[in-house]
Amino acid sequence: MGRRVSGAVLDGPTPEPAPSREGMTTGDKIRFVLRGIGQTLITFGLVVLLFVVYEVYITNWFAAKAQHDVKVTLKTEWANGEDDPTVALPGGKVTHLPLGKGIANLYIPRLGRDFAWTIVEGTSQDDLEKGPGHYPKTALPGQVGNFAVAGHRVGKGEPFLNLDHLHAGDAVIVETESHFFVYRIKGDAATNDLGDRGADGMPGREIVDPGTSPVLYAVPDHPLGTQPTEKLMTMTTCHPKFTAQQRMVYHAVLANTYDKPSGTSPMPAAVRSLYEGVS
Amino acid sequence: MYTWIWRHLPGPVALKLGEALLLVLAICALLLFVIFPWVDAHLPISQVTVGGNDG
Repeated sequence: MGRRVSGAVLDGPTPEPAPSREGMTTGDKIRFVLRGIGQTLITFGLVVLLFVVYEVYITNWFAAKAQHDVKVTLKTEWANGEDDPTVALPGGKVTHLPLGKGIANLYIPRLGRDFAWTIVEGTSQDDLEKGPGHYPKTALPGQVGNFAVAGHRVGKGEPFLNLDHLHAGDAVIVETESHFFVYRIKGDAATNDLGDRGADGMPGREIVDPGTSPVLYAVPDHPLGTQPTEKLMTMTTCHPKFTAQQRMVYHAVLANTYDKPSGTSPMPAAVRSLYEGVS
Repeated sequence: MYTWIWRHLPGPVALKLGEALLLVLAICALLLFVIFPWVDAHLPISQVTVGGNDG
């Protein structure tokens, strides 16, 4: 930019007075218009690039702050011995938890020792920016039925970025105020066949269209209203990465339950042992 | 567009550079903190839930 033939200087630091369009030749006018279009396109490209940076990196910063806040709040509530809202009261089911508040912690040894997320109640965009979100109306941790959780795969904290690394039989640990629950990813653990539907007709992993609610049913992939007998957990995220065309769904079944003497009790040795060999 | 802005920034070149930088930062901040969050909320790319169960 800045090459001029006719003396009508249009850019750059210049001691000359502001140029007038009167003196522009036809060539200058064409150059003026083309440069305007060029600058607009370059600007647009940069804005789109910045948007990608925003989606993939910057949303993570905001989400990390939000996740930290719910984690600390939950820890404080547990330390104060407030009633565990995830325990169904005798004679009645807990039907409503406050949206956007932490309800449990999630650990998955396969995804590393630093994989520790506080699950919040609700799956709205606001809730999911804080961390993985529990689908309201699905079962709570350890209950008969299906404890279903959604999480972002790329950006916004991306808790479920590497969910596709899970194998059949992998441990998924859910900590509430009163219990540690160890779920195991379904499928054939011997052959790591995640598609194996086993005796109860539910695979370890399935890729479904976004509208497929049966994966969240109390008995997933069965007709609505089927009486649940198993204690299941389901995790959903988007698939393939960077798109929202489909959903990746993992099903797990409760294998072990450990009582916590108090809200701040550390992981029992049996749960810690699940981390052996994990760096 | 950029030439027009440059010409209208007051002061000597050094001051103009500072002003231009400030302007770029202001526009980035506007995009990152106001416009992108709004756009993001209206795009389907970050949807991770299934069914009509969104809370």
